[in-house]
Amino acid sequence: METVTITLKNAPALYLEADTISPDAFAGKTAAKIAELPVFEGNVPSTLGKYFEVSGDAGATAADTKIIVKGDVKKVKYIGFKMTAGELVIEKTADQYVGAWMKGGKILARGDVGAFAATAMKGGELVVEGNAGNYLGAAYRGDWRGMSGGKILVKGNAGSDIGMYMLGGEIVVNGNADVHVMTHAEGGKTIIKGNAASKLGGQMVDGTIIIFGSIEVMMPGFKPNGEVELEVDGTKAKFAHFIGDMGERHKKKKGVVVYGNLYKKI
Amino acid sequence: MSEYIIKNGHVFDPVQGIKGDKKDIAIKDGKIADKVSSAAKVIDAAGKTVMAGAVEIHAHIAGPKVNLGRIYRPEDKLFSCTPTKGMERMGGGASIPTTFKTGYEYAKMGYTTAMEAAMPPLFSRHVHEEIRDTPIIDEAAFPVFGNNWFVLEYLKNQEIENTAAYCAWLLKATKGYAIKVVNPGGTEAWGWGLNCLTVNDPVPYFDITPAEIIRGLIEANEYLGLPHSMHIHPNNLGNPGCYETTLDTLKLAEGYKAKNKFGREQVLHLTHTQFHSYGGTNWGDFESKAKEVTDYVNANKNITIDTGNVTLDETTTMTADGPFEHHLTGLNHLKWANVDVELETAAGVVPYIYSPNISVCAIQWAIGLEIPLLMKDPMRCYITTDHPNAGPFTRYPRVIKWLMSAKARETQINAFKHKDKVLSQTAIGTMDREISLYELAQMTRAGPAKSLGLSGMCGGLAPGMDADVAVYNFNPEKPVANPDDIEKAFSRCAAVFKSGVQVVSNGDIVSNGNKRTLWVNVKVKDNPQVTRDIKEKFIKYYSMTQNNYEALGHHFIPNPYALEVDAT
Ligand SMILES: [Zn+2]
Repeated sequence: METVTITLKNAPALYLEADTISPDAFAGKTAAKIAELPVFEGNVPSTLGKYFEVSGDAGATAADTKIIVKGDVKKVKYIGFKMTAGELVIEKTADQYVGAWMKGGKILARGDVGAFAATAMKGGELVVEGNAGNYLGAAYRGDWRGMSGGKILVKGNAGSDIGMYMLGGEIVVNGNADVHVMTHAEGGKTIIKGNAASKLGGQMVDGTIIIFGSIEVMMPGFKPNGEVELEVDGTKAKFAHFIGDMGERHKKKKGVVVYGNLYKKI
Repeated sequence: MSEYIIKNGHVFDPVQGIKGDKKDIAIKDGKIADKVSSAAKVIDAAGKTVMAGAVEIHAHIAGPKVNLGRIYRPEDKLFSCTPTKGMERMGGGASIPTTFKTGYEYAKMGYTTAMEAAMPPLFSRHVHEEIRDTPIIDEAAFPVFGNNWFVLEYLKNQEIENTAAYCAWLLKATKGYAIKVVNPGGTEAWGWGLNCLTVNDPVPYFDITPAEIIRGLIEANEYLGLPHSMHIHPNNLGNPGCYETTLDTLKLAEGYKAKNKFGREQVLHLTHTQFHSYGGTNWGDFESKAKEVTDYVNANKNITIDTGNVTLDETTTMTADGPFEHHLTGLNHLKWANVDVELETAAGVVPYIYSPNISVCAIQWAIGLEIPLLMKDPMRCYITTDHPNAGPFTRYPRVIKWLMSAKARETQINAFKHKDKVLSQTAIGTMDREISLYELAQMTRAGPAKSLGLSGMCGGLAPGMDADVAVYNFNPEKPVANPDDIEKAFSRCAAVFKSGVQVVSNGDIVSNGNKRTLWVNVKVKDNPQVTRDIKEKFIKYYSMTQNNYEALGHHFIPNPYALEVDAT
């Protein structure tokens, strides 16, 4: 695997839309060619090289390419956009849409990530060592096709509306999550090791939410369904089981109605 | 104004009966001319196809319903935005493009005139603001009449003269072009939570049937002598077995003859015929009845149709058929928007994915192609996608490929997941007809122009007609190596002229042209009763005053072109 290191040298005045920072876009290119990749600063077309120092050549394919993003990129959007393979390490906090529409490969964000990280993610892995913003692993605005595969781990806290319209895959938040979890979901699983706020599983059709801490306000559309013993992420514990959202339509599988599941550790 | 001469192209013009002969087309002062001076700019069209600018007879491209789609589907713009480029402003949207993108995309494919197929009269100002902001193409809008309280009340008492006077007033007030009917009576019934699924289902409260509304509006249309005929989206759209309602609807036109000075011969235009040609009793035994419907249309010369081709895309359905959209959201569980328009109409919007892996969608695709392939007279059958309902208009080149190449159809049939079902429920697999370029010019130019009463103005290349000309990178003398070459050629024109101004060069927009809004100005005898009824309805029912209702002046219609009709 070849490593390309890009280091921010000229901070953009406006937000930089850098959807070309991905192993797929870098693959097969020399450092000089990578510097020529297009980006937008606001609505002005520019090149990656205007903002970043690029060192190292990429591998022949995305899978053979590792990118290390250095410097203050909190005004850079779309890092890892649509990536299918390879590795990407972001040393500091990045802005919105990290790993959006990603299908494969691995992103390690050592700082925080802004809103809409892993939008409509299909596969691969996103690890955030800091906090994640709102709409993590959610559908794009207006769309009904959210995260459908892959894995997200947030070691800090997550914002609101995570897993909105989720269809598959897994989100794990080691800290707390804000309001709205897996709204409209039709599959997938979200595990919150800390506390959750309110409106969990609103209009949820299918899928699973597991909460280790407290839930500030429970949705009225969820109905108690006994207690179960579960092993989650290596921890065995007793959970109160709820099904819902009773106000939403539900599919049948082999004649049995399928509900969304919410488990809260007792 | 500049002169041009388009030299040595293969010209296809049904208006003059030209079938691919090498001819020069001269342009002077915005019109096709016999000859031009030696100063004329030469466009080399050798080895290329030359046709008149194409005419769109039915699309939803402007107004509140389209804009509702844009507002509630931001995801439609995802990855479909184009930045500013040369003359072009930025645009976006795949199934519901922005106004600018709409104008550019039509022009790049060689379309120079387009009809907005359903204008809610109350929101005509919005419709005209969007038409104004759609560059290049001439446009007109059809106000909807089939669920309008005035019409229902007058026709209940068979008052044709009053209906006609009201239609004339509304066309003028909204700067409308034709009498459009959507699910006659059914949309009004939806206000009571009901629908009209046959032409004999009574409309609640008004106690009138769709059949009476349809006949009455045909009579009012011919009483006035409008350029276009009554243009109908019948009852029972999109349901298995709906073809019977369609045939019942078409039979209502029997005995009527067109009366107008515009050269129009039909009294009824059936739109998006594909959605109305379904047999079967449920989605399991769903089948094509394209033959039954086209047999009837072939035998009855007072009817024209458009196709409504399914393009197998993700799109946005939108119609004044409110109950249908409610039914659709129940089927696909995708987001639904619904609007009521006071005394006049309603609308619904639901996204839809025509997946090649779903047998119903594949059968719909086949029915849409069977219809034009079964029509004997291409002058009476026009290509549409009922944009965006069956697919975006930007897919016309692909529909043309499927119509011009049996091989392209075969490739698509073989790609379907439920190929056997498509072959057993439709006759598409047995059809080897390939539409010729001349027939294509009939279906997309001369035909729709004639049906709209515009045959003296556009859709042909005879001297004196508007200089709307499209030049395609398609050599009719060379065999088509790959059907995809057809799609490519019809996607981006080598050159397009609109009213004598070159608007497209090598696929790029080079001018915003001189876009016009067409409308129909009908003079009728003074009708104090109708005048009083209008005044009263505004006082009693409408949420706005009559002065705020009418679309007037430069702000709404900066460049009007009125077709004058005298019905006094
Ligand atoms: Zn329509």
